[in-house]
Amino acid sequence: MSTTTAASPTEAKLWGGGKSPFSVEYGKVMMWYFLMSDAFTFGAFLISYGTVRFSTNGWPDPNVVFKSFPFAPEGVNAPLVFVSVMTFILIVSSVTMVLAVHAGHNMDKKGVVRNMIWTIIGGIAFLSCQAWEWNHLFHEGAWWGRNPFINADGTASSSNFTNFFFTITGFHGFHVFSGVVINIIMLIMTLTNQFEKRGHYNMIEKAGLYWHFVDLVWVFVFTCFYLL
Amino acid sequence: MSHTNDTHAEHDGGAIAEIKKVTIILSVLTIVELILGFWMIGMESKALVLGIKGTIVILMMAKAFYIVAYFMHLKHEVKNLIMTIVVPLTLFVWFIIAFLADGNSFRNLRNTYNPYFKEQSTIKVEQPAHGGSHGGGHEAAGAAGAAHTDSAAHTTDSSAKNEDAAKHEDAKH
Repeated sequence: MSTTTAASPTEAKLWGGGKSPFSVEYGKVMMWYFLMSDAFTFGAFLISYGTVRFSTNGWPDPNVVFKSFPFAPEGVNAPLVFVSVMTFILIVSSVTMVLAVHAGHNMDKKGVVRNMIWTIIGGIAFLSCQAWEWNHLFHEGAWWGRNPFINADGTASSSNFTNFFFTITGFHGFHVFSGVVINIIMLIMTLTNQFEKRGHYNMIEKAGLYWHFVDLVWVFVFTCFYLL
Repeated sequence: MSHTNDTHAEHDGGAIAEIKKVTIILSVLTIVELILGFWMIGMESKALVLGIKGTIVILMMAKAFYIVAYFMHLKHEVKNLIMTIVVPLTLFVWFIIAFLADGNSFRNLRNTYNPYFKEQSTIKVEQPAHGGSHGGGHEAAGAAGAAHTDSAAHTTDSSAKNEDAAKHEDAKH
C-alpha cells in the first residue's frame, strides 16, 4: 500500500511501462515466484504424507520415536526436547537474517557481516543437529524402507513412516544446506565490498527471503512430524 | 508501520522494534505449541487430543503468517505483489481437504471391505528390542540395528502377503 498516494493519478498506467508495478526489483519478484513453486513442492510432500497417514489405521507415536538427546545417557526419555532446540536455532538464525537485511538497508557493512556470520552459524548448528538425529535413528534401525518402530496402538507399522520422515526432513535439510552456501557466498560478497560498489544490499534481501522460507517450511515439518 | 510515509523516518527505530516484537511472538507461539505437545503425551481422551492437534495447527498457521508477513516483509509490499503470491497459495485449501478426505475414505473402504487389512491392524506386536529404553553402548546398538533389518524385512514381507491376500480376497468376491 506504500505507493497508493503517489500512484493514484497514474494508476491506469501502472502496467504501461516505465515503472515497476510491484515496486520491487526483478530479482526479488522472481525469488518470490521460485519460493511459491517450492512451497507447492513441500506442500505436495506434506499432503501426501497426510493422505497416507489418514488412510492407515495406526501410526508410530512421535514421542516414542524422537525421545533422545545428544550426550544424554542411552535410553533417556526426553520427547520433543531435541527438536525444540532445533526449532529455536532456526528461529534465531531467521532473526539474525532479518537484522542483516535491516543493516543492509542502512548500508551498514559491519552489521551485515556480523549478522550474516550468526545466521551461517545457526544454519550449520541446525544441520549438525539434523545429522545427529538421522545418525541416531539410523542406528536404531530406521532408514528408507525399514521401520523398527511399532504403531502407537501396539500394532505392526509399515515403512511409510520412515520413508516420509527421511524424504521430507532430508529435502528440507538440503534446502538448509543450500541456504547456508548462499549465505556464505553473500558474506564473501559483502566482505569483498561488492555491495558497497553497487550501492545497495538487495542481494542480501533475496538470500534473506530464501532463508526465511527455509524457516517457514520447518514450522510445517516440525508440526507435522513431531507434534501431530 | 502500515502507514505510507514511514519509509525513512520510522525505518530505523520502527523496524527493529517490529523485529523484536515478531521474535517474541514466534517464540511464545513455539513454546505454547511445545507445552501442548507435552500435555498430549499419554493422554487418553481422543476428543481432547484431536482438539489440541487442531489448536497446534492454528498456532502453526499463525507462525507462518508472522514469518511471511514480517520477516519476509510481504505485509509491507505493494498489494498487487501480495495478491500474486497469496492467491495461488489458496489452492492448498482445496488440496488439503480433498487429499485428506480421500485418504480417510480409502481407510474406511479398506476397513469395510478388506477384512485382512482390518485384522492386521488389530494384532498387537512386540516392540523389537532396540535402543529405546534398554540397550547400551555402540555394539548393542549396532547389533540391534542388524536385528531390525531382519524384523523390518519381515514386516515388509508380511505386508506384501497382506497385499496378496487382499487381491485374493477381491478375486473371490
